[in-house]
Amino acid sequence: MELASLRGVRKQYGKVVALDGIDLAIAPGQVLALLGANGAGKTTAIALLLGLVRPDAGQALLFGQSPQQLAARRNIGVMLQSAGIADTSKVRELLELTRSYYPRPRSVEECVSLAGLEGLLGRQYGKLSGGQQRRVQFALALCGNPRLLFLDEPTTGMDIEARQALWRAIVELAAQGCAVLLTTHYLEEAEALADRVVVLGRGRVIAAGSMDEVRRHVAQRRIRCVSSLDVARIATWPEVRSVRMVEAAVVQAPAAAEATAGETTAGAAMAAMPFAATSDRGLGRSHPNGRIEIVTDAAEAVVGRLLAEDAGLSELEVQRAGLAEAFLELTRDPDAGAAPPSQSKAA
Amino acid sequence: MNAIATDANLSPHSPLRSYLLEAKHEFLRMLRTPSFALPVLLFPALFYTLFGLVLNRADGGMAARYLLATYGVFGIMGAGMFGFGVVVAMERERGFLAYKRALPMPPGAYLLAKMAMAMLFSMLISVLLGTLAGAFGGVSLLPWQWLALLAINVVGVLPFCALGLFVGTLVGGQGAPAVLNLLYLPLAFLSGLWLPLKMLPPVFATIAPAWPPYHLSQVALGVVGMDDGSSMLVHVAVVVAVTVLFYALARRRLRRVG
Repeated sequence: MELASLRGVRKQYGKVVALDGIDLAIAPGQVLALLGANGAGKTTAIALLLGLVRPDAGQALLFGQSPQQLAARRNIGVMLQSAGIADTSKVRELLELTRSYYPRPRSVEECVSLAGLEGLLGRQYGKLSGGQQRRVQFALALCGNPRLLFLDEPTTGMDIEARQALWRAIVELAAQGCAVLLTTHYLEEAEALADRVVVLGRGRVIAAGSMDEVRRHVAQRRIRCVSSLDVARIATWPEVRSVRMVEAAVVQAPAAAEATAGETTAGAAMAAMPFAATSDRGLGRSHPNGRIEIVTDAAEAVVGRLLAEDAGLSELEVQRAGLAEAFLELTRDPDAGAAPPSQSKAA
Repeated sequence: MNAIATDANLSPHSPLRSYLLEAKHEFLRMLRTPSFALPVLLFPALFYTLFGLVLNRADGGMAARYLLATYGVFGIMGAGMFGFGVVVAMERERGFLAYKRALPMPPGAYLLAKMAMAMLFSMLISVLLGTLAGAFGGVSLLPWQWLALLAINVVGVLPFCALGLFVGTLVGGQGAPAVLNLLYLPLAFLSGLWLPLKMLPPVFATIAPAWPPYHLSQVALGVVGMDDGSSMLVHVAVVVAVTVLFYALARRRLRRVG
């Protein structure tokens, strides 16, 4: 059963095609992250599901009905990018009003504790900080006890602490069985929260699936190590996409205790010995140890060669690309056929 | 699926409470933004004091009586046009309108709350003008006349709400006050709200029926027996038609642009 879906939806604004036939569905209890660059069609997709705009072709359904139906929207909570709430409204009044729209709202106390509004009920909205305002908007989204929560870039403008608090609240709601449709610019947000991801690009679904599936579309892996090899030389290896020096001079003998790794006075060392100034262009053996990061499609081959050329190499780490890399890869060049085939089954 | 919908419909939750809270919310907002409320309330009273009371002392209260009717219309025009036009334009621009439309707000609650507010403003303006007219202008009317003027102003604000709403859907929050003033002040003058049409060159009386406020002012003047004798039925019909027309235009535009 689907809580909300877009089926073959096209939407055009003037000559600009915002959505070019997309399918999207969200199941109960699911946290779905909708990703895409600006202009990819995320906001239009949300607007269609909320009934703010109507599709030119295809169908938008919310709880099996048109999103224009009030009964359908009584099941959802909404946090948009800009709520435009009047500065003079008090938080308590906003909650009271929004709760009245719903048949079975959460209690005010529950809203306060879930969204972290302690002590803010009597304050005017306009006098709150940006992060506090976002929390109020979040409280208004969840106050109706919705089965599906729309969060359009919910943590924009929040500091790290507030963001993590909101993430915890979203996880808690999801654990209670509330489905969430989330759009975000912060990829780590999708990684932290979502169990499914849909990547939009130019109005189409570029990729869809679990976080791992989307990440698997990209073969890239990231290798980190501390080595005395010359970065410029590694860059010439055929399997290496890119390489960079993360930390120029790790003051540590390769054989010394690992415990101090990374805790070195890198700043001072860097100032004393910028790696670009090294003169040795030979095997690079005389370089000081530097923390290197390599991005590659063939991690095994590169690791083999690294170990072969630098026996003193330490702190070797191989990671699958983060969502950020996967996402960049997927949206980089849609015309060149680099993107994997779209999985239109969507979520 | 259907169970969800039916369930929601059968619940004891009453939309009436939402309508009331929406109106309360709007009222509190106005109360906390005196920079909007005070000019709308005080301008007509100020103008009336100046032109109806101070400058026209010699005519046995005729001017005070005439202008009580027309400044009432002038006052409620402002309440309706600015209350809707500026506020809707601003809220549309800030995304508040889209946000409200995404919420399960009962239909029309947004507009009804603003209408209630405009009607409240109209009532206050009428009472203010009536008090000035009675206390300082020597205007004495029968109780039904006072009540009729009040009722005309309170209901008569609606066509101007609709006009303001339409303007609010066309222009942004920055431009709305300018556009509205460009409509408000000329319309008031051309409809004979500031000065009786008889005191202006005859061409003004000829073209006056083209302006909606003229028709409402004739209804109000009819109550105090100073209308120009044209058909009341036509006046009322025009006022109703203007309301329906601009409301329909605004609604269409809101559906398209949100």
